[in-house]
This record gives sequence, C-alpha cells and structure tokens, in this order.
Amino acid sequence: MLNMNTLMQLLQSSIAFGTIIMFGAIGEIITEKAGNLNLGIPGVMYLGAISSLVGVFFYEKNVENPIPVVCVIIAVLCAFLAAALGGLLFAFLTITLRANQNVTGLTLTIFGSGVANFFGGLLNGFSGGVGQIRVETTSKAFMTKIPFLSNMGTVGKLIFSYGWLVYVAIIIAILVQWYLNKTRSGLNLRAVGENPATADAAGINVTVYRYLATCIGTGIAGLGGLYYVMDYTKGTWANDGTIENLGWLAVALVIFAIWRPKNAIWGAYLFGLLFWAYLYIPGLSRKTLELFNMLPYVVTIIVLVFTSFRKKRENQPPNALGLAYFREDR
Amino acid sequence: MHNNIAVQLENITKTFGKKVIANKDVTLDIRKGEILSLLGENGSGKTTLMNMLAGIYYPDSGHIYVDNGKDELEEVSICSPKDAYALGIGMIHQHFKLVDVFTATENVALGLDKSIAFNKKQIAADIKAICDKYGFKVDPDKKVYNMSVSEKQTLEIVKALYRGANILILDEPTAVLTPQETDMLFEVMRNMKADGKSIIIITHKLNEVLEISDRVSILRKGEYIDTIQTSEASVSILTEMMVGQKVTLHIDRKDPENTKERLVVNNLSCVNKYGVTALDNVSFTAYGGEILGVAGISGSGQKELLEAIAGLQDTVDGSSIEYVIPDTEERSQLIGKTALQIKDMGVALSFVPEDRLGMGLVGSMGMSDNMMLRSYRKGFFFTERKGPKELANKVKDNLEVVTPSITTPVRKLSGGNVQKVLVGREIEAAPSVLMTAYAVRGLDVNTSYTIYNLLNDQKEKGVAVIYVGEDLDVLLALCDRILVLCDGKLNGIVDARTTTKEEIGLLMTHLREEEQENG
Repeated sequence: MLNMNTLMQLLQSSIAFGTIIMFGAIGEIITEKAGNLNLGIPGVMYLGAISSLVGVFFYEKNVENPIPVVCVIIAVLCAFLAAALGGLLFAFLTITLRANQNVTGLTLTIFGSGVANFFGGLLNGFSGGVGQIRVETTSKAFMTKIPFLSNMGTVGKLIFSYGWLVYVAIIIAILVQWYLNKTRSGLNLRAVGENPATADAAGINVTVYRYLATCIGTGIAGLGGLYYVMDYTKGTWANDGTIENLGWLAVALVIFAIWRPKNAIWGAYLFGLLFWAYLYIPGLSRKTLELFNMLPYVVTIIVLVFTSFRKKRENQPPNALGLAYFREDR
Repeated sequence: MHNNIAVQLENITKTFGKKVIANKDVTLDIRKGEILSLLGENGSGKTTLMNMLAGIYYPDSGHIYVDNGKDELEEVSICSPKDAYALGIGMIHQHFKLVDVFTATENVALGLDKSIAFNKKQIAADIKAICDKYGFKVDPDKKVYNMSVSEKQTLEIVKALYRGANILILDEPTAVLTPQETDMLFEVMRNMKADGKSIIIITHKLNEVLEISDRVSILRKGEYIDTIQTSEASVSILTEMMVGQKVTLHIDRKDPENTKERLVVNNLSCVNKYGVTALDNVSFTAYGGEILGVAGISGSGQKELLEAIAGLQDTVDGSSIEYVIPDTEERSQLIGKTALQIKDMGVALSFVPEDRLGMGLVGSMGMSDNMMLRSYRKGFFFTERKGPKELANKVKDNLEVVTPSITTPVRKLSGGNVQKVLVGREIEAAPSVLMTAYAVRGLDVNTSYTIYNLLNDQKEKGVAVIYVGEDLDVLLALCDRILVLCDGKLNGIVDARTTTKEEIGLLMTHLREEEQENG
C-alpha cells in the first residue's frame, strides 16, 4: 500500500516530469496556434538539453570560480537559442519551401536526438575517468529551492521543494494563455492558424507570424530539455531516451489540453503522474508494467474521442493546422 | 469646383496569362452617394474589375482616381487590400473572409491599425453604434460559426464600415440570401446611400438592378458597354445590352433522328449544403439522339441537376429520375442507386470545374493512369494496365491531345488538353447518357470546335447528350433543345433552332409570371 512517503515521492517525480512535458506542450501550443504542426518537439528538447550542457561545461571548465548567475544565463540562452534554431530550420523548410510538416517534424526529432547523443557522448569522453560529466555549479543554481517555504511541512514540501524552473514553466503557461486570448498580437496569431487567407487579407503578415511562433515555441520547448539535464539529472548527460519519451508526451498533451495553455498546466502534472504510476502499483511484472506505460497515450486518445464527439468548434485543432499557406492558391 | 465622383476608372485592362482578357479598356465612374449596379453575364469581368479596386489584382494598364476628401480626384495605385481600406474602399467578397471560431468583435479587430486601441469592449460598442446608424443587426459576441450566411455578410459590411469605407463593393450579395434577407440588405444599402456612401453592387439579377440602383453599368465579355439611368432602363433593354448581338457559329448540327426517351426526370428537388433549395420541382425528358442544352446563371442549380442524375447529390423525397435502359427499353429508377451503379448503367458525367482538375482527373497522374480511374476494379488483385494504356493512346490520337507521353502528369498539360482527356475518357466509356458541364470553359476556338464535333458524333450515335454551358451563342448553335434554369426552377424548355438570345436571357434572369405566383 501507499504510505505518505511513497505518495510524496510519486507526486514530486510527477511534478518534475510534468514540468518538462509542460515546457514542450506550451511551446507546441504557440506553434500550432499559428498553424504549424511541429512533430520535432522531442528533437528540439534534445537540442536545448545538450546545448545548455555544452555551454556551461566550457564555462565551468575554463573559469576558476564560475559565477552561478552567469552559469544560469549561459544555460538558458544556449538551450533557448539552440532549440529556436531547430525551429528556424523547421520554419524555413515548411513555411518558405512549403515542405510537408509531418515529415519535416519527424526528421527534426531524429536529427535532434542524434546531435544530442553524439555531443553527449563526446562530452562524457572529455571528462575522462568515470566517463560522466557534471556541471556542478550550474545544476546547483538551477536546483535552488525557495528558502523557508520548502521546509514548511508536507504542503511546503509538495508545493515549494523544486528548482525554480518548475515555477517558470507555470508562469510561461499563464503568460501564453493571456497572450493568446487577450492581446492583439495573440488574436492575429490565432487568425493565422485558423484562416491564413483571411489574416492575409486583413493585412497580417502570415509568414512573419508563423516564423516567430515556431521559433519562440521551439525555444520554450528547449527549456524542457534544460530542466531535464540541469535539475532532474543534476547536470549530467545520460543517453536513455527519456527526453524523447517526454517530448512525445508533450505533443500528446497539446491535444489533451485542447490547445489551451491553462489546461496544459494540470494536464502536464497528470501526465507526469501517469508516467510514474507503474512504479507504485504493486504486483506488476515486467510485462504488465509496459501496459501502464501507455497510460498517458490512452488518456489522450480518450480525450480525442470525447472532443470529437462533442464537436464544439472551440475544441477543434486550428483550422489550417499542418497546411502551408500560399497566397496565390485560390 | 464641385466634384461628385468618388472613384474613376480609366482605360483599365487586365489579362490573365496571355490569352484570357478579363477586362479591356474599361472606363467607369462611381458617384458619391449612389448605388451603381454592375451588370453582366458570367465571365464578363465584373468581379475582376472590382477586385482591382479592392487591391486583390493589379491592372495591367489604366488609371484609377479616387476622391481625396477635398473634392479632388487623385490618381492612386492600389496594391493590397490594406491600400484599398486606406482609400476608403471596402469589398465584400462572395467567399467571406472571416475566422469561424472568432466572435464578431474579434473578426472586426483582426489586423486593425496599431493606432486603434485593442479594447474589445470599445470595439463592440463601436460595432453597436454602426449597427444602430444603418439598421444592421449584429451580436458582437456571437461566434461566426453560429451565424447564418446573412449574418456573416452583415458582419463583413460592418467590418468594412468600421475601417472607414466610403465606397462599398458588394459581389453578388443576394446570391446566398433568402428574399426576406435581401429586403433587409437593400434597406441598409439605402440607409448607407443616404449617409453619402457610394455602393457598387455586382449582380446579374435584373429585378434587383431595377429595384435598388440609381445607375447601371453593363459589361460584356470584359468590355464596357454603357451606363444608363435605372429609371430609363427596363428588363428587355438590360437583357439586350447584357447578351449582345447574336454571333453566328458554324457548328455542324444535324437534325435529331430516331429520338428515344432516355432519361425521364420528374419533380426533382434538391437541397444544397447550405440548406437552400437548389433545385425546385424540375421535370423534363432527355432523348437519345439529341443534345439538350442547359442554360442558366451560374448557381441556378445546374451542378445539382447533373450530380443528382449521377447519384452524387441527395434528392428530396418525391423526386424521380428514370433511366430507360437502351437494350430492353425498361425503366429503371436511378434515385437510391450509388454513383458507381449509375455509371455502370451507362450514365457518364464529365464536369469541368473552374480549376479543371478538381473533378474527375488526378493532376499528378498521367493520362493512362487517369483512364484507369474508370476501370481500376477490373483485373484480379493486380490492376489491369493494358486496356487503359490503349485507351489513353486512342484518346490522344483521336482528340489530338498534345502531351509528351501518356505518362506525363496531366497537370502539366494545357487547359484545353486536360479537358480533352476528361471528355474523351467519358466518351470512350460508350455511355448512353453523356453529361458535360462547361466542357469548353477557357478553351480557344479551335479546341472548342473539336469538343462540339465530339458531342455531335455522340448524338448521331444515339446518345442522349446533356450540355451545360455558359455561352448562349454556343448553346443556340449546338443544342437541339435548351432547358433554362432560373433560381433552381425550370423556367422553360425552348427549341434552339427557333429561339432568340433575348428569350433565353430573359428566361435566365426573370422567373415567368406564373412561376413567380406559384413560388
């Protein structure tokens, strides 16, 4: 049976993985709201993870006393920019060259995971000895918890005992929710994803919006990779495919959250919980365990079935999702 | 000097590609505070001309002058819809430019100038003010997908007014409206006119022209014919200007021989996807050995008629389409059969849509593979390729299709050749009813004649040919009888040899008295 301690453990790991999924999902929501279906989310999360690691590795290695704040800035910038660069590649291929978005996205995932594992292996080689690098100062800075609050008993432990990126994810989600629904630019962005021809006729630059949404979206998704290496694996590189699993869950979460950032917040934690559930269900063999690993996907399918039943237009994907826009198409 | 002209078009010419001249040397002016009707047949260049004012197209040559607010005309160049709005020109297209999941307010707010504060409450209040001023009814919080067609159209007009449009262009606004909604639209149009706005209404409905407009400008085949005061116009004057003099075509037309009943249509009614009655109680008989022409303004039910016969369109209960099987002379009800069964019985449809490739051909496949679309069910497991290949070669030779090879994707062929492939394939299936719609759309004269001859050959073979066309001269020269549709109703069947262009023109645009009373 679950006791208090194991329950706490489950919830904490759910929130940790939920955060990674949330970053990916929020980034993908922005991208999809502009009409671009980017299946390269796992890839850009990989890119974000490895770039931040490489960046701070060289900084920590070449500086006598690395300053934590500088470490954080370098890591965040590297993760965001590298992921956004992956997004830029995707945008160029799909928006300018009008390549198929599904194919391009899948390619980006394969590319990102290949690049990350190649450089990850290289980095581990550099460190010599145990064959495991560690960026200690940086990961410590990322794992800084809120003082006092995290010591406030069970509730404090449950809510406040995480590195600060966990809260950044929630803040970004809320900001994106506000941006999409309350600002002029957010309205324009949604119009681009719903009906690019109408947006174009209204004087909105469809190409610029799609480029920016894709690059910023992938940048945010890259922060998920950053959180994984800096906080969850404590500044080390391990090639076990977890990032890719979480990246796909992020794509599934976008559907689960019916393209709403506020739903993605609790949905991410739910997915985290479902991800870990198998560890805490007694009596599972190696075979039945795999069944429970499917839980997040099963839930997504159920949500898909329900949203298609209800046929509410607001719950449908953006109308032009996955379609390239070409003005002279009539 | 007082200037009462809002917009002046001078010698506007616009061509598409090298051959298609959409507008030629059109000179036209629109006065302040008037409703001007732009009248013309399908393809007379009305919409193209107005699209140049709205910034969708750019003229090849000619000048556009717009009143600059100081009672002076100033030459302008309109490169985008944004430019048009800046000059106070707003166009309401037939296909609405609205985002379905947005509210009315959000649609109005879309792409607004940065100088206008993004405050939905304020915008909603402004919408309300515009509505009150002109008598519109718009619920600012209603989502577009919940709106009726009429509401969407109203929203488009409000959107244009919100952006400060002084010159409103309405492209066939009544085509999608019920009579009551049309009356409401005309009411607000009069209110806008009273407020000093200039309104251009593109239409081919004569009764509307006479009811709403101050002046009428007529275009025919891309050329400007004349502008007259509505008060001096009548249905017959307008029809004559619209259809023009009869052009003699030399199509070799034989008298029908051994005509036999082939298709008997009774009380056929259809409802289209918008829930509007597209065909209303149509009854006629098509005979083998004759060409039955179908005339009508576009969207009068031609498409639904052909599709209902081909089994692609649901019909209202009580409709009957009986097919007389050639060998046994037995009557067989087509309603309730699938499109495949109907095709197998010998009823062929070749429909040439505006984009030519939309229906019946796969653009990225070659001629031979496209032939296979009719025979892919033959052969066991593996497709049977030899037949289609021979067929493709035959069509290519017989119809002189210009293509590097029968495997070249048909999308790379010129329009005329694509149409030959489409019509040729249907003919080669040896149908006993051959329906073609717009078979010569966009074709040059010589190619058109090839197609006319093909159809005449079929007629001589005893096939019942149903030809839906746009060009009245062709209908008069090619067909034996012409069925005229108006607003989904059968408005008359005339003998093509004795009728006149004016008679058909009138039937197309004006429901006969008894029909109006019944309807």
